[in-house]
Amino acid sequence: MRVELDEPKCVASGQCVMASPEVFDQRDEDGVAVLLEETPGAELLDGVREAVAICPAAAIRLVEG
Amino acid sequence: MTRYVIVGGSAAGLAAAETLRREGYDGTLTLIGDESRPPYDRPPLSKQVLAGEWDADRLRLRTPADLDALGLDLRLGVAAAGLDTAGRTVRLADGTSVAYDGLVVATGVRPRRLPGEGAHVLRSLDDALALRGRLAAGRHLVVVGAGFLGAEAAAVARGLGARVTLLEPAPVPLAHAVGEAVGRVLSRAHLEHGVDLRTGVTVVEAGAGGVRLADGTVVEADEVLVAAGSLPNTEWLDGSGLTVEDGVVCDAYCRAAPGVYAAGDVARWHNPLFGVAMRIEHRTNAAEQGMAAARNLLRPEASKPFAPVPYFWSDQYDMKIQAYGYLRGHDEVGVADGDLSSGRFLAVYRTGDHVSGALAVGMPPKAIRSWRQAITTRTPWHDAMGAVSVN
Repeated sequence: MRVELDEPKCVASGQCVMASPEVFDQRDEDGVAVLLEETPGAELLDGVREAVAICPAAAIRLVEG
Repeated sequence: MTRYVIVGGSAAGLAAAETLRREGYDGTLTLIGDESRPPYDRPPLSKQVLAGEWDADRLRLRTPADLDALGLDLRLGVAAAGLDTAGRTVRLADGTSVAYDGLVVATGVRPRRLPGEGAHVLRSLDDALALRGRLAAGRHLVVVGAGFLGAEAAAVARGLGARVTLLEPAPVPLAHAVGEAVGRVLSRAHLEHGVDLRTGVTVVEAGAGGVRLADGTVVEADEVLVAAGSLPNTEWLDGSGLTVEDGVVCDAYCRAAPGVYAAGDVARWHNPLFGVAMRIEHRTNAAEQGMAAARNLLRPEASKPFAPVPYFWSDQYDMKIQAYGYLRGHDEVGVADGDLSSGRFLAVYRTGDHVSGALAVGMPPKAIRSWRQAITTRTPWHDAMGAVSVN
C-alpha cells in the first residue's frame, strides 16, 4: 500500500502526526505535513488509516501499489 | 439482516460510515443526505472556493471509487423528516421510511438568517458559488457577523478587490471565543487590510441591497452576507423522544438513546476531558466524533468516552490561526511565545486551575504540540506557565 499526500490541501493541523508519527511529520516553517514513509509496512497501516480518516482536509489517501 | 442508518452526508456522516466498514461491519449501511452532492468539504468554501482558486471537484471528500467501495445504500437529495425511536424507523421527506438497528444522527447545522430577502449565507457549495459569482473589484460587500466565517469571507473579498464593511454586535469581534486581547489582534488585521469594521452594531434586517441597523440606519451594499451563527438541524427529531437543547443531547459516549448516537455539529455531548457539555462546529470534530460514535454503536460493550481536544484553524489574509482546546469561558489568557503585536504569537488559556486552550498565529508546529499535550493531560496552569518563564 502506498500513501498519497495532497500537499496543497494540507491545513497543517498535525492530526496525521498524532495518529501515525512513524509515517508523518510536519514542516517547521508552516506545519504542512511531510511523508516519512511512502510505502509503510503492514504494522503501520492501522495508524495510516486513522490518519486518512481524521485528516480535516481529506489530503491523505492510502492506495494499492 | 442488520441495518445501520446514518442521517447526514457530510464529514461526520462519512466518517461514521467509513469507520463502521473499517471495523468490520458488513451489513446494510444507509447514508441519507439532504444535499444531492456526494460528501464534500466545507472549510474551503469560505477560503479557496470563494477566492476562485479551487473548483468544486477539489472539495469532494472521497473519490467516486472510494465511495463505491463502501457499499452504501446512498440516499442523497432527500432530507430526514421524522424519527420513531420506539419503532426504530427514520421517515424521509419523500414519504419513504427506513428501519434501523442502529442510528447515527449527523444532520449538522444551517446558517442563522435575519429578516429580509436576498442576502447570502455561506454553508453549502451552492452558497459559496453564488457569492463568488457576485464578488469583484469595486463591488461593495457587507458582512453581518465578524466570527471566523464572516472574517474569512471579508478577507477573501478584500483579496478580490471588493470594498468590505464588516458589522459586528460585540465590542470586540470573537472576544467570547478567543478573549479580548486576541480578538483585538484579529480585528486589527481587518483594519490594516482596509475593511470598514464597525463593532457594537446590531443588524435587524438584511436584504439584497443592504442592511438595516437597530438604530434605523441603512447600510447599502451590492451584496450582503449574513454570517451570524448557526442553528442545529434538529426539527426532524421533534416528537422522537430524543432530548434536544441546542443540539442533540448525548452522554460521554455520543449516545442519545439506546441504539442512537449523534456526531458532528449537531451533537451536544459531555466531554469528560473538560467536564462540560459542548457542541463543536469544527471540521476536525466532525470526523473524530463520527468515528467515535460509529465505534460505540458497533461495540456498545466496549464503549469509550469521546474526550477530544477540539481543534480549529482559520485563514485570514496572511494569518494562519490554529487553536486547540476549549477556549470558551476561560478565566485568563497568557502569551507563552511571541508577541501579540507582532502577528506571531502563541496565546494560552486558563480555565479554573488548568491549561484549557492554546491559540497560535505563525508558530512552528512543535511549539503548539507541547501545549496540546498540556491540555490533554490537564496540566496545572502554574506548572505550564512556570516552564515558560524558565525558558
